[in-house]
Amino acid sequence: MMKKNLGLIVNPIAGMGGKVGLKGSDGKEILQKAISLGAVPQSPARAILALEKLKPIRDRIQIITYPGQMGENEAKSLGFHTQVIGSIVEGQTTPEDTENAAKEMLKRKVDLILFAGGDGTARNLYNAVGDQIPVLGIPAGVKIHSGVYANTPANAGNLAAKFLSEDRKIRLKEAEVMDIDEEAFRQDRVSARLYGYMKIPFERNLVQSAKAGSAPGEAASVESIASHVVQNMEKDCLYIIGPGTTTRGIMEMLGLPNTLLGVDVVCNKQLVASDANEEMLLKIVDGRKAKIVVTIIGGQGYIFGRGNQQISHKVLRSVGIENILVISTESKLLGLKGSPLLVDTGDLEMDKKLAGYKKVITGLNKYIAYKVAY
Amino acid sequence: MKDIKLKRYHGASWAEPLIMELGRKGERGIIPPKADQEVRDTVGEASSLIPSNMQRKEDANLPEVSQYHVLQHYLRLSQETMGMETGIDIGEGTCTMKYSPKMHEQLVRSDKMAALHPLQPEEHLQGILEITYQLEQFLKEISGMHRFSFQPGGGSHAVYTNACVMRKYHESRGELEQRDEVITTIFSHPCDAATPATAGFKVITVMPDANGYPDLDALKAVVSERTAGIMFTNPEDTGIYNPRVAEYVKVVHDAGGLCFYDQANANGILGIARAFDAGFDACHFNLHKTFSSPHGCEGPAGGAYGVREELAPFLPVPLVDFDGEKYFLDYDRPLSIGKIRSFLGNLECVMRAYAWIMSLGADGLRTVAETSVLNNNYLDKLLMEIKGVSRPYAEGKRRLEQVRYSLEQLKEETGVGTEDVRNRIIDFGIQGYWMSHHPWIVAEPFTPEPCETYSKADCDYWAAAIHQAVKEAYENPEFVMNAPYNQAIGKIKDPSVAEDPNKWAMTWRAYQKKYRKKERE
Repeated sequence: MMKKNLGLIVNPIAGMGGKVGLKGSDGKEILQKAISLGAVPQSPARAILALEKLKPIRDRIQIITYPGQMGENEAKSLGFHTQVIGSIVEGQTTPEDTENAAKEMLKRKVDLILFAGGDGTARNLYNAVGDQIPVLGIPAGVKIHSGVYANTPANAGNLAAKFLSEDRKIRLKEAEVMDIDEEAFRQDRVSARLYGYMKIPFERNLVQSAKAGSAPGEAASVESIASHVVQNMEKDCLYIIGPGTTTRGIMEMLGLPNTLLGVDVVCNKQLVASDANEEMLLKIVDGRKAKIVVTIIGGQGYIFGRGNQQISHKVLRSVGIENILVISTESKLLGLKGSPLLVDTGDLEMDKKLAGYKKVITGLNKYIAYKVAY
Repeated sequence: MKDIKLKRYHGASWAEPLIMELGRKGERGIIPPKADQEVRDTVGEASSLIPSNMQRKEDANLPEVSQYHVLQHYLRLSQETMGMETGIDIGEGTCTMKYSPKMHEQLVRSDKMAALHPLQPEEHLQGILEITYQLEQFLKEISGMHRFSFQPGGGSHAVYTNACVMRKYHESRGELEQRDEVITTIFSHPCDAATPATAGFKVITVMPDANGYPDLDALKAVVSERTAGIMFTNPEDTGIYNPRVAEYVKVVHDAGGLCFYDQANANGILGIARAFDAGFDACHFNLHKTFSSPHGCEGPAGGAYGVREELAPFLPVPLVDFDGEKYFLDYDRPLSIGKIRSFLGNLECVMRAYAWIMSLGADGLRTVAETSVLNNNYLDKLLMEIKGVSRPYAEGKRRLEQVRYSLEQLKEETGVGTEDVRNRIIDFGIQGYWMSHHPWIVAEPFTPEPCETYSKADCDYWAAAIHQAVKEAYENPEFVMNAPYNQAIGKIKDPSVAEDPNKWAMTWRAYQKKYRKKERE
């Protein structure tokens, strides 16, 4: 059997800020500050937790990784067949190192890149490989909004092991790459952006016996949701379609060009505006009847304030909160494991108004009553 | 964990071909004698009795196999199948896999039952109509409802019947256009969402609160003048019984909606709690499972659907009634939703349920419930001692007759998930367990239900099999991931064959087209 190639990238400085009360560890000065406060690297230990789960298939994989603390140490410590590429300055790794490593792995067509880090690391991966190759994050960062991470390091390892065992139960899905402007974040202003989507393996809930029938695929769910929204579209009403892969289904059903990372506006099934910003939205709405369609962005359950800041509290006020449609596939909603949907519009009064229970559209004429909190 | 010795078991493995692949051209199982000359002279050719446009142009493509080989073939297939009577079927929670007394089979196979024709006149059907009528009286007492219909051919069919009755009720009041939403809960059976959707309603699903009960605040937030009703189970799939269910009913009633109690999980409440007393307007029972007809492809099912007096006019026709002298079929019900099934429903389920209740009596029914709950809590104690097994929701609260457990911790620590454990326990001569209805909310779920059929030793054995599989997962995860080893077939490596309709071959013709075309070329 051909050996599978697993790319491994450890961002050795990810997660260092958190333990010493700093929000994130991007930027040289902050890193120095973190180290002087006694921060120790989190990601090597996390990477090892994940790699432990790959030990049963050790003979069937080769790890391709960067030198020293960026993966070589972790891989070799567990006795994996390891091929080391590239070069770094030990103790002074940079985001460019992560990007170069990922680019080289793409060139070598590895089967999967497993990376340990936070949102910044995910962004570096995205810049380097986009959605051309499957990736999977081992959570090690201070704050993780991106959807490309497994819920625990061990489960990242389990999922990677299954994926590399040629198990066809594992498929790929698109997951968000998001990052917060750390400079703003440290000053207690949150502004998370949606940068793009990468492909990650995910484990389906497998086949059920005939009693339940098999669950519809994700694509069928998105289509069913789009049918609901499109069939119920009112004449002359503006539809502000937020970013995301679920909202994309609506634009696809209407046959309109879609801005995956931005906000589009539709009226009478025609495009009114593409990739609109807050100012444009306010101008377009301007007293007209309008509805906002948003979905969950990122792994934490935000429906407003992360990745769709264009739809600001001013826009919400102008449209009216009774005119918000929240859409989500069941699997994404239930993936929150009972934690509420979140809003952070930057306006506490608005957040309070949005809190409560929302009928989330999960398919044609199907809703789940779900809690919204701020 | 007690020291239980697991059986050295190996399933029969015959690599049996399909019946169509057996035999040879011209081979026969039975060769009927030719009719006597006199008969032939009088009647003519048998085929002449069939209109020419209905006659086959070619012979039907039937298997040609001797009696001996037919018998052998099906016996082998039965040996390759683990059944209720060979394994311990504790695992199939929410299905209430109980032993169906063999005496019931004598009853339903007797000429008195089997030779009945549904189009016989009522006066010839008095016996079975009386049994049906009596069973209705029993179920009225058990549930508190006013009338029952035995027309539905299964549990979901009864639930669908309810959706139709709700629709008709609101229509009769001129409120159907306004009331187009039905509420259910995520841990209810999926048919509580699917059947009202089929009946044209919008469906709103309520999530559980921290205690594992349906979120009452969420219910209050979504009920409105648009609510047609609520349809849900109690206990839900988790086995958690909601003692405040009457409050939920009140919220929906106050909004003008109807309340339906899906009693597919009734085995733990027989003789203890009644749907009517909790304020419900309608309920159903599964005569298969709870009332002892074999369940799950072992025979036709029966859904008994019952309602309060106000809803009785909407029940499907015919109802079985008694005029003081004779039993009769009542079709004269102008507000009825109409016929929902041909003839009188699956009367063999009615017969078995009647026999079962008669043999147990009222006290016996209560003992069934108590034994089920006791068994479940005994098994629970054994399972909760196993590392890697957890029981999400309602910490410290007892479950009723089933439990939804999680192997999430096992999965995280070993990579071995619930499907792997399920594949492994069948190596010990017990059946694979039911994981969960969709969607999976509890991660890596499994749902046993040790109903009154099972002995303490059965529970011990079942828990020991889970314990062994989990122990192996911690020692050698890959071993468990490649199970089973002692079964007729091994692990199916490519589950897409079960997921992808393009790969299914439901008929011999489809099989040949999809799988044998290349071989033949």
